[in-house]
Amino acid sequence: MYGETTMMVNEKDINEQIAWAKINTDVLRSMENPRKSYWVAVAVCLAMVATAVLAEYIQYTVGMGVSNLNNPHMWDLYIATFVFWIGMSHSGTLLSAILHLLHADWRKPIYRFAEAMTTFSLLTAGLFPIIHLGRVWNMYWVLPYVSDRGIWPNFRSPLVWDAFAISTYLSASMLFLFIGMIPDLAICRDNTTGWRKKLYTALSLGWEGNDRQWRNFRKIYLLMACFLIPLAVSVHSIVSADFAMSIMPGWHITSFPPYFVAGALYSGCAAIITLFIMLRYFFRFEEYMTLPIMEKLAKLTFAIAMVWTYLNLIEFASVWYGHDMYNKELLIAKATGPYAWIFWSMLFFGSVVPFTLAFRKMRRHMPTMFVVSILLNIGMFFERWMIVAPTLSLSHEPWQWDVMWGSIIEWALVFGSFGWFGLLFLVFVKVFPCVSMYEVKEMVFHRSMSAGERDVLRMTDHAKPAKQTPGVEGA
Amino acid sequence: MSKRRILALFGDFAEAHDAIADIRRNEVPGITVDDITMKSPIEHPEVEEVLGDRPVHIQKFTLFGAIFGLIFGFLFLASAQATFLVQPQGGKAVIPLPANFVLVYEMLIFFAVWMTFLSFLFLSGLFKKRSRLYSEKVSLDQVGLMLEIDDRVAEPLRDLFKKHKVLEIREEVIQ
Repeated sequence: MYGETTMMVNEKDINEQIAWAKINTDVLRSMENPRKSYWVAVAVCLAMVATAVLAEYIQYTVGMGVSNLNNPHMWDLYIATFVFWIGMSHSGTLLSAILHLLHADWRKPIYRFAEAMTTFSLLTAGLFPIIHLGRVWNMYWVLPYVSDRGIWPNFRSPLVWDAFAISTYLSASMLFLFIGMIPDLAICRDNTTGWRKKLYTALSLGWEGNDRQWRNFRKIYLLMACFLIPLAVSVHSIVSADFAMSIMPGWHITSFPPYFVAGALYSGCAAIITLFIMLRYFFRFEEYMTLPIMEKLAKLTFAIAMVWTYLNLIEFASVWYGHDMYNKELLIAKATGPYAWIFWSMLFFGSVVPFTLAFRKMRRHMPTMFVVSILLNIGMFFERWMIVAPTLSLSHEPWQWDVMWGSIIEWALVFGSFGWFGLLFLVFVKVFPCVSMYEVKEMVFHRSMSAGERDVLRMTDHAKPAKQTPGVEGA
Repeated sequence: MSKRRILALFGDFAEAHDAIADIRRNEVPGITVDDITMKSPIEHPEVEEVLGDRPVHIQKFTLFGAIFGLIFGFLFLASAQATFLVQPQGGKAVIPLPANFVLVYEMLIFFAVWMTFLSFLFLSGLFKKRSRLYSEKVSLDQVGLMLEIDDRVAEPLRDLFKKHKVLEIREEVIQ
């Protein structure tokens, strides 16, 4: 028993003896040589995207009627899915920026793909306002530009704020992702040939790893992290304002911004677990995406799940004791009406299933974690659906009451968005290093230093005599 | 007197540190620690202690970007809103301050982030043609010290590097 406890305490996030050259080799090899299951995943995503393209084609040619959207359900799954993907984008910010500021270095082997998730989630979310327009050829109307055709952007509308916030978040998160990759792109540049070499040479911007570049790099990474956190909070607060600033029952709720932000972090963390397990398997990253890191991720997810549960209870309690008739009836209808199975599933998946993460054996069992992470995200998708649909079904006036279930076209587009996200992500991890090589080296270096293995560490085991390379002498 | 550029590659930070410490102690006359450019595969953990403070100015550009975003954002929005005077406002302000606070907050971050990025590209010396002495080993697991020196000090410098178990020395004549 004593021995077991010691082993648990001493278990390391990463093997500190790993050679730096091996880190480069493993990551570079992953970009060339994934398991066959990677290609299966790509094929599945392609099929899902094809389904969505077909559905969009039908909706485009026949009209919005095929989606079942109509008064009072002018918003439904499309906007719920939009909110879901915006929420998912918070994963990268959480893992990269917040944990960077907190000096939680266990994030280093896994933050890169979380940042990529942020960018691709936003690109996926951005599709839904366009799909929802119906008239996709007018998609540029969603931008609040000055028009001479009598289109007056309403600056008091949170929808206009959305356009500002999301475009700022998208550009900032892409820059954050790109900046963090520059040293790794230089490694790729030095170790590849053909089109890859050309691509990485262009993207690495001439990085040489000198002290001037590293000093500036350290500063910019910190500054970007500092900006991204309030930005991410503002983005989802503004998305919540799309609902909270209306006077509709179930939407006009003060706690919506923190509720949305907590939900976003929750679904983002759950998705990181899913992708962690997939990448670990596809690219044989067992040495980098280790069980202790998975455990920490699971604990973080559990903590956020409890915050989300607490905010749900706060919302229910404030509605219940607030005695706003419409709000209270809506809450009762959610729990007992036609949407009840979704409502209770949401609570089960979002608040009960996370308790599996409290058990160490579960946290270390990859198949269980994979299933749990999927269930958590189903719960979070239901949450977004339960924010949108019941309010539209049970508004203030009885003549507005109507229960609507999405059509097959609507579901196909929702389904296809997962394929679209998956495809972008899988292409990214094949073309760019999804484990940050230089940060893993830093992690290994600092941990070994703190373990006191040597004053200032030996990075290699070179013991060769000095030699002078005459090749470039006088060149 | 011709000049040359010299790159010494070390197996770890410790040996590179020791070499720099010797240069700091003036063991090679005519070379100071300010002449050294250190190249490494990771961010050097104690670079200030080794090479001394070398200023980083990115944050000034960030501040400028943030202030610009704040002022330009508000002026841009206010001027855009003012062009919509014909729009029925229902007795509400033409330039709604609470809404503009939200939007200006986003603009502040937008410009701050972009200014930070552009200043990084400029101040880090990126986009330059890589030195001919560039070694791929620096992106793998070795630490490089690069200096531009007069020919007369080349030999003592080589000796100093060899004393600290340099793995490889590369040189080029630059004038």
